[in-house]
Amino acid sequence: MSFPYDEHDLARFRETQQLAYHCAEQVAAWIEPGVTERQATAKLRRCLERAGVQDYFHVPFAWFGDRTAFRHFHTPLQFFAGGRRLEEGMPYVLDCAPVVDGYTADIGYGGKVGENPVWDRLAADLKVYRELILAEVRARKPLNEVYAAVDAQLAVHGYDNRHRVYPGRVIGHRVTRTTARGPAGVTLFGFGVRTLQTLGRELIGERLHGRSPLWADGRSSRHAPTPGLWAVEPHIGFRDVGIKFEELLVVTDDDAFWLDDDLPHVRRWTLQEEAA
Amino acid sequence: MTIRRRTVHSGGLPLAVYEQGDPARPTVLLVHGYPDTHAVWDDVAADLAVDHHVVRYDVRGAGGSGVPAARDGYRLEHLGADLFAVADAVSPDDPVHVVAHDWGSIQSWEAVTEPGAHRRIASYTTVSGPSLDHIGHWIRHRMRRPTPRHLRQLLVQGVHSWYITAFQLPYLAPAVWRLFLARAWPTVLHRMEAVTPRPGHPQPTLGRDAVRGIELYRANFRPVLRSPRERPTEVPVQLITLERDRYVSTFLSEGLERWVPHLTRRTLDAGHWSALLEKGGTVARLVREHVTRVAAGHVQGPPVSGRLAVVTGGGSGIGRATALAFAEQGDRVVVCDLDLAAAERTAELCGLVGPRAHAIRVDVSDGEAVDAFARQVAAEHGVPDVVVNNAGIGHAGTFLQTTEKEWQRVLDVNLWGVIHGCRAFGALMVARGGGGHIVNLASAAAYLPAKSLAAYATSKAGVLMLSDCLRAELAPHGIGVSAICPGIVATNITSTTTFSGTDPDEQAAKRAKATKAYARRGFPPEKVAAEILRAVRTGKPVVPVTFEAKAARLLGRLSPALLRRLARLDIG
Ligand SMILES: NC(=O)c1ccc[n+]([C@@H]2O[C@H](COP(=O)([O-])OP(=O)(O)OC[C@H]3O[C@@H](n4cnc5c(N)ncnc54)[C@H](O)[C@@H]3O)[C@@H](O)[C@H]2O)c1
Repeated sequence: MSFPYDEHDLARFRETQQLAYHCAEQVAAWIEPGVTERQATAKLRRCLERAGVQDYFHVPFAWFGDRTAFRHFHTPLQFFAGGRRLEEGMPYVLDCAPVVDGYTADIGYGGKVGENPVWDRLAADLKVYRELILAEVRARKPLNEVYAAVDAQLAVHGYDNRHRVYPGRVIGHRVTRTTARGPAGVTLFGFGVRTLQTLGRELIGERLHGRSPLWADGRSSRHAPTPGLWAVEPHIGFRDVGIKFEELLVVTDDDAFWLDDDLPHVRRWTLQEEAA
Repeated sequence: MTIRRRTVHSGGLPLAVYEQGDPARPTVLLVHGYPDTHAVWDDVAADLAVDHHVVRYDVRGAGGSGVPAARDGYRLEHLGADLFAVADAVSPDDPVHVVAHDWGSIQSWEAVTEPGAHRRIASYTTVSGPSLDHIGHWIRHRMRRPTPRHLRQLLVQGVHSWYITAFQLPYLAPAVWRLFLARAWPTVLHRMEAVTPRPGHPQPTLGRDAVRGIELYRANFRPVLRSPRERPTEVPVQLITLERDRYVSTFLSEGLERWVPHLTRRTLDAGHWSALLEKGGTVARLVREHVTRVAAGHVQGPPVSGRLAVVTGGGSGIGRATALAFAEQGDRVVVCDLDLAAAERTAELCGLVGPRAHAIRVDVSDGEAVDAFARQVAAEHGVPDVVVNNAGIGHAGTFLQTTEKEWQRVLDVNLWGVIHGCRAFGALMVARGGGGHIVNLASAAAYLPAKSLAAYATSKAGVLMLSDCLRAELAPHGIGVSAICPGIVATNITSTTTFSGTDPDEQAAKRAKATKAYARRGFPPEKVAAEILRAVRTGKPVVPVTFEAKAARLLGRLSPALLRRLARLDIG
């Protein structure tokens, strides 16, 4: 399989990702103690829809407090935004996946209200994972080995792998241009119907080649990353604080790069380095 | 500094009030206990008056204050009302910060747990005096769930409270005070708590105050303990636990968070009176910190226990998890490891959840290096209260496969490392004379023979026996020794374990296989850490942690022959 997108496609994916991060930042600027997770996702949704989003890869999520680290998660239903209220000092994570004209973005945004030194440390260390994943993928390492390298780095840092709580333990998944014809804007189990159609088709198609559109640590990820776009979401935690980023990684036939570097977390690292 | 004297009337009685410091500053109200007067606070007051408006008063029946006509006048409700009366008089506009000791603390709890108290009381620092209502519930809870631990607590506190029972008897206690105790009081304090006698202490009215104050006990203990009320409070409370208090056991405050959501715990290495009379400066510092914190809008401080814990091999796995758990409960931590970067990372994480921690590179198999480490810790941080000898390495191989070099390496780290740690720190702890606890990481392999773990199991069996012998030796010094036998725990140890008679590729494959198996078992090092902290708290001598470790220990007792047969199995 060779890289299926041209510059125009990449520009459209980048735009969608910018739009998603832009909305997350707007919610982050508005969020304050007392707000519930459900209010945060509603706000996120309104912002996205005002910007022209008609469909979602999955519904927007918001996690507050120790839910950012998925503590005490026993059923997938617990991923959905709930009545948890934000308090001073709490971390939060926003996750949304808008689709515009079939171009999908899937982003994760971590923040905090007030002071939280644990969050500060995690947020700074997240940079290591962004660099590590890119380097490993560039070296064309099998995906399960990249996953293991992330785990090894987590052990060195003394953090927990929280992406293993996601269904399938995934640290990432493929993103394509959805061309499905199911009803837009309709979701099933939190996923867009069109997503499920596309994902289903991919799962079957890739299976035939011994590959998987889901990136985890098992057997089915024992292959080098397939050319295309991957939404990569290392989610790391320490005690009751979790943080993630999620953004699109472009894997071409012989190279790889992050689709966009003009993102909130990358800007934060740059600012911190300049200050230091 | 001048002390201004005034009289405040409460419930028809005149209360002698003493003020110093700038009244524009935050008001700190100091409440003394039995059989003291405001004078017991002299050092603390002088220190705080530099930047606070410090107010003290003699409680009813003591010093320069009026004396209730009958026992009823000593009831808690009147004592609580006195506190509010003084607060209203000296700081009508702003709530006050209350600091109290002994009986002063018991009666201040009455005020602090009064509904709406947070409007008049900004913060409360309590030393050696629990709320009688809280204690009533504490006793009930333990009566209802008479676990061995609970029964022991009830018994210990009962023995420490002998004088309360004595105070209920007619004639005896007053006679003892009158006949000789009042005169002998300075000697008693000196002998029991090393309080240096000084002029003006105790107050000249001691004999009279002590006899009248007996009414405090008689009027309140029985009725309140018999039917305790529900008394929560919104006031931010700082609890200073005195480690050498003969009258108030540290575990009396267990579960206090139920009544006090904004609770900051501190411990002080002092006795019941020496805290105020010898360590007044330290108490003043803790009060100042609490007042400043509350003024800045923080209702709770970071946990700081004042204890020091040392963890060897703290750069990874069980050692790192243990260091973090100590830090989380407010202990200062020093970790050492061969891998300095890893140890520093642990120290950094500790600092995020607790007090600042430190990391040093040490090879525990090197006796001189461990001695130097112990000296450095003592010089820079003090003698530790807890030492965890955790550094260890894995090795697999049958007896005949294992080379002499391999034997030496395993014994050097796993056994000699523990010996060095126990020697160096044990000597320091004994010399200090303040007790402490040593934890040694043994293994289920210590009692579960396996032919493929000859050297490792031998080293761990040594650690187990060493711990048993050392426990007997250190018991008279108040130093506990626990041996931990974890079982299968998912850590980095499987990626560094060496295998006799393998080439690098075979070894890598075996490591990967073991790592996978341990990951599948999925027992996290944090749970071992929790058991280690528990062992330090309870003094449990040998702690098998996982199910398999417990089962093997039981099996070894029921049928040693079966274990010997199992040892023949090929594993790994
Ligand atoms: N993990 C288990 O299943 C298990 C089971 C039983 C007992 N134990 C024991 O628990 C202890 C901790 O093991 P772990 O599983 O956390 O292992 P680990 O490998 O994750 O951590 C051990 C740490 O000790 C350090 N260390 C090794 N040799 C040292 C030396 N000479 N001087 C100073 N530091 C040194 C290492 O650098 C490492 O950071 C060991 O004594 C081990 O034998 C572990």
